[in-house]
Amino acid sequence: MAITANEVKHVASLAKLEFTDEELQKFTGQMDEIINMVEQLGEVDTTDVPVTSTVTEEVNVMREDVAVKGTDRTLLMKNVPEEKDGLIKVPAIIDESEEG
Amino acid sequence: MNYFENDLKSLHEGLVNKDFSAEELAKETFETIKKREEEIDAFITLDEERAMEKARAVDVKGIDEGNVLDGIPVGIKDNIVTKGLKTTAASKMLENFNPIYNATVMDKLDEKGMITVGKLNMDEFAMGSSTETSAFKKTKNAWDQTKVPGGSSGGSAAAVASGEVIAALGSDTGGSIRQPAAFNGIVGLKPTYGRVSRYGLIAFASSMDQIGPLTRSVYDNALMLNAISGHDFRDFTSSSKEVPDFTKGIDEGVKGMRIAVPKEYFAEGVDANVKQAVKDAIKKFEELGATVDEVSLPHTKYGVPVYYIIASSEASSNLQRFDGIRYGFRAEDVKNLEDVYVRSRSEGFGDEVKRRIMLGTFSLSAGTYDAFFKKAAQVRTLICRDYENVFENHDLILGPTAPTTAYGIGEKIDDPVTMYMNDILTIPVNLAGLPGMSLPAGFSDGLPIGMQLVAPRFREDTLYKAGFAFEQATDFHKAVPEIGGQN
Amino acid sequence: MNFETTIGLEVHIELKTNSKAYSPAPVEYGAEPNTNTNVIDWGYPGVLPQVNKGALEYGMRAALALNCEIRKDLHFDRKNYFYPDNPKAYQITQSDTPIAHDGWLEIELEDGTKKKIGIEEMHVEEDAGKNTHNPDGYSYVDLNRQGTPLIEIVSKPDIASPDEAYAYLTRLRQIIQFTGVSDVKMEEGSMRADVNISVRPIGSDKFGTKTEMKNLNSFEHVKKGLEYEAKRQARVLMSGGQVQQETRRFDVPTGTTILMRVKEGASDYRYFPEPDLPPIHISDEWIKEVKDSIPEMPDKRRERYVNEWGIPEYDAGVLTQTKEMSDFYEATVASGADAKLAANWLMGEVSAYLNANKVELQETALTPEHLATMIKLIEDETISSKIAKKVFKEIIQNDTEPKAWVEEKGMAQLSDPAKLQPIIDEVLDNNEQSIIDFKNGKDRAVGFLVGAIMKQTRGKANPKVVNKLLMASLAER
Repeated sequence: MAITANEVKHVASLAKLEFTDEELQKFTGQMDEIINMVEQLGEVDTTDVPVTSTVTEEVNVMREDVAVKGTDRTLLMKNVPEEKDGLIKVPAIIDESEEG
Repeated sequence: MNYFENDLKSLHEGLVNKDFSAEELAKETFETIKKREEEIDAFITLDEERAMEKARAVDVKGIDEGNVLDGIPVGIKDNIVTKGLKTTAASKMLENFNPIYNATVMDKLDEKGMITVGKLNMDEFAMGSSTETSAFKKTKNAWDQTKVPGGSSGGSAAAVASGEVIAALGSDTGGSIRQPAAFNGIVGLKPTYGRVSRYGLIAFASSMDQIGPLTRSVYDNALMLNAISGHDFRDFTSSSKEVPDFTKGIDEGVKGMRIAVPKEYFAEGVDANVKQAVKDAIKKFEELGATVDEVSLPHTKYGVPVYYIIASSEASSNLQRFDGIRYGFRAEDVKNLEDVYVRSRSEGFGDEVKRRIMLGTFSLSAGTYDAFFKKAAQVRTLICRDYENVFENHDLILGPTAPTTAYGIGEKIDDPVTMYMNDILTIPVNLAGLPGMSLPAGFSDGLPIGMQLVAPRFREDTLYKAGFAFEQATDFHKAVPEIGGQN
Repeated sequence: MNFETTIGLEVHIELKTNSKAYSPAPVEYGAEPNTNTNVIDWGYPGVLPQVNKGALEYGMRAALALNCEIRKDLHFDRKNYFYPDNPKAYQITQSDTPIAHDGWLEIELEDGTKKKIGIEEMHVEEDAGKNTHNPDGYSYVDLNRQGTPLIEIVSKPDIASPDEAYAYLTRLRQIIQFTGVSDVKMEEGSMRADVNISVRPIGSDKFGTKTEMKNLNSFEHVKKGLEYEAKRQARVLMSGGQVQQETRRFDVPTGTTILMRVKEGASDYRYFPEPDLPPIHISDEWIKEVKDSIPEMPDKRRERYVNEWGIPEYDAGVLTQTKEMSDFYEATVASGADAKLAANWLMGEVSAYLNANKVELQETALTPEHLATMIKLIEDETISSKIAKKVFKEIIQNDTEPKAWVEEKGMAQLSDPAKLQPIIDEVLDNNEQSIIDFKNGKDRAVGFLVGAIMKQTRGKANPKVVNKLLMASLAER
């Protein structure tokens, strides 16, 4: 499977990254190489093999439902590029359609 | 005092006997650092004022005789958040980031009276094996300043190896403690996944990241691990298992220990001198009373692709929070939200980070998830099973830490795949969450060779016992690099 | 051509736990911006999530009340998307292994028929913060809501009309409210509905193309929006057109729906297992524990009111409409009030008061104990029903103990024959003519005499007792 510059562009848009044409070319080449390396996994038979997504042995780790007062807002705001009246200020959202 | 001629115990004795004060120790440490930094460039940030203040406070309070770490200066990898001390993860993205909270390991070191001297250079967001992807500086190998220090904890390894500090913390996601330890001829241990809290470690790959110590001796390493281990309610993946004293029984020797040597660890690509050094080490272990068998870890060669998919996938998600809104870099002259995101991230991240974000995003995408992420997570299971099989009849796995010794700065940076393949020996250990340690096992053309020991989960004690026995029986750890015409 | 409608509902409900789903910050509505947050809510570098056991238990409680199966082994997943109110740029959810699945609830239609609506699945996740868009070209982010535990309840495609959708939502709200896990207030956003609707010619075995409406915040809007959409889609098909897969918005002033955006395939949320949280195993014991903690559901209560307390079916239905009312009713009965009288009061005077003053029951000063005491005073004839109205006004407005207040104000009825007889005798002595009139069959005389006795007692005499004593006395004369 070879990856095209357009596919790389699409992935970049998902990741909120942009590349110049030159970068795009370089990245596409490198991505392609990495993907080739990855494709050797195809030769491994993984029928009925479960996935491993964590190697912790812990199970049912939960916190009791006890509230702890919030962190001082001034402290939280310390690293915020722009704030106003205790709110985080962000340039306008143009695309209204995203949702949670 | 000189960190080359001391260990934690002797420094502690000096402090207790008032041969020198904590303030004097700290002052001298900073003097040494400033001198050696001209060649090594291990630190991103020094915290001299606060460190000196803290050292004086330790003197006022008096050294705690029962606490070997009291008043000892330490270096911290710059992806471990330190309250009130700039933490950058070596990225432009966090160039001016001032954390408002401490990582759990920092609270633990503070409690032990250790004095943070500064933050150590690394590959950006720990992505890299040479510390060359740092946005700020190129750290040099302590043994040869034209060579890389390894990575990603290259700053931590070089600082310890060059005698700037006696101990440092690093983090290891695919070899990032062990490989730079090997390249710099020191001891570096990646604990079992869950042994040390990840709270406050800027996440790269959450299912593999672990913080661990880099030191010049095995014993010092055990002392450091004692200090940072333990369950933490703020890290739900941290282990609730009790933590033993890792120095206890460290000198018991390796008699009867069953050591496995995977044939895959001596495959093509492993340098002849490295192979020889490890073979010599095997002989040494046999002389010391251990039994050594050749075994097979058949899925080893898939470790690299599995790792790069899983680690990059997790990273692509972990690094989405760097969006220019609540902290960190925001691009100038942004007109709308999309600008804030795309430009801040494109300008704030370096190439290697972008590459991994891209690979990860791609691997998790709707059309590729099954063939990439899911497949890799399945092969990961097979890699874990390989280890389980070997550990049924063995206490330890032994092999080289890295296929080669340190390579030249700039030599591999533009060739990601070759660079990634270099991690083939360390990566599977992270995939399986096992403890692994690198320690000095020889030299090749004046550059250190590292040997890697891997134990079953939560058996760091076995690593230390074997490492200590080997160290006592060899002189490799006594060698000291030449820096600034002195050693 | 005739069409049939298929409606799907995804309802988000905020759980009223003490703390957030993955951080210990408080869950509280209406606090100062960004004061109920911590570094975890902000997605600071290096922080890790901490699952709230309470959120999972509340989720299980809701699921069990909706007759769902609880999943034994589950893990969390990340749903990735960028938005300023989503600090980590991923939401921790359960896409792969939702905590519950295959449940149902029963709705009652206008004509009294009942219908089961299936529930596909339910999962516990976290809410996002809040963005406010200002005309100054900026958005402002408040993260107080970030991390508030949510359950998402997804219906099966069993809902066949806007009325059924309305009934489903009403029923869902009622059940959830009785479980005690949420306030389910649309106006505060603790209940939100996403709806999708498609129409197809009757008899067609393929669903039509769906359109979606998101974040509707009133049942009325859901119903009207769906009604409009059903008609619009039918019109499009009738005129030979095709319904587009799109997201539309219900426009309140015009009662129509307006196109927001056309969907180009599903969004790519790049779900994957959350590596920061170990898996959860839910044992049978745990399920039982949660099951036992669920308060009695409205249907059970209704049944009990009818069968044990003799309350008419309709009244029992009204009393179990909301948990507040039902709990209040039961507490009133528990305090010794007659069940029927208590029901009458709550459905009569109390409801009238709440409607007239536009307040909720818990916003008044009325307590079940006071209401019960007042009802007992009426029963034992200490107060007349006329006085009772005065007493009621007092106890619903001020936190007044009715018995003491009645005594203090001298409002108790005079019912003691020993005290009344002398007054009756005196009135009779002074009204010889009335006695004669009575003997001559003029019933009006009785009314006059009662009036005189009432006047003498300043209205406090118990009319029943007066009547009885008066008749006896007249017979003797």
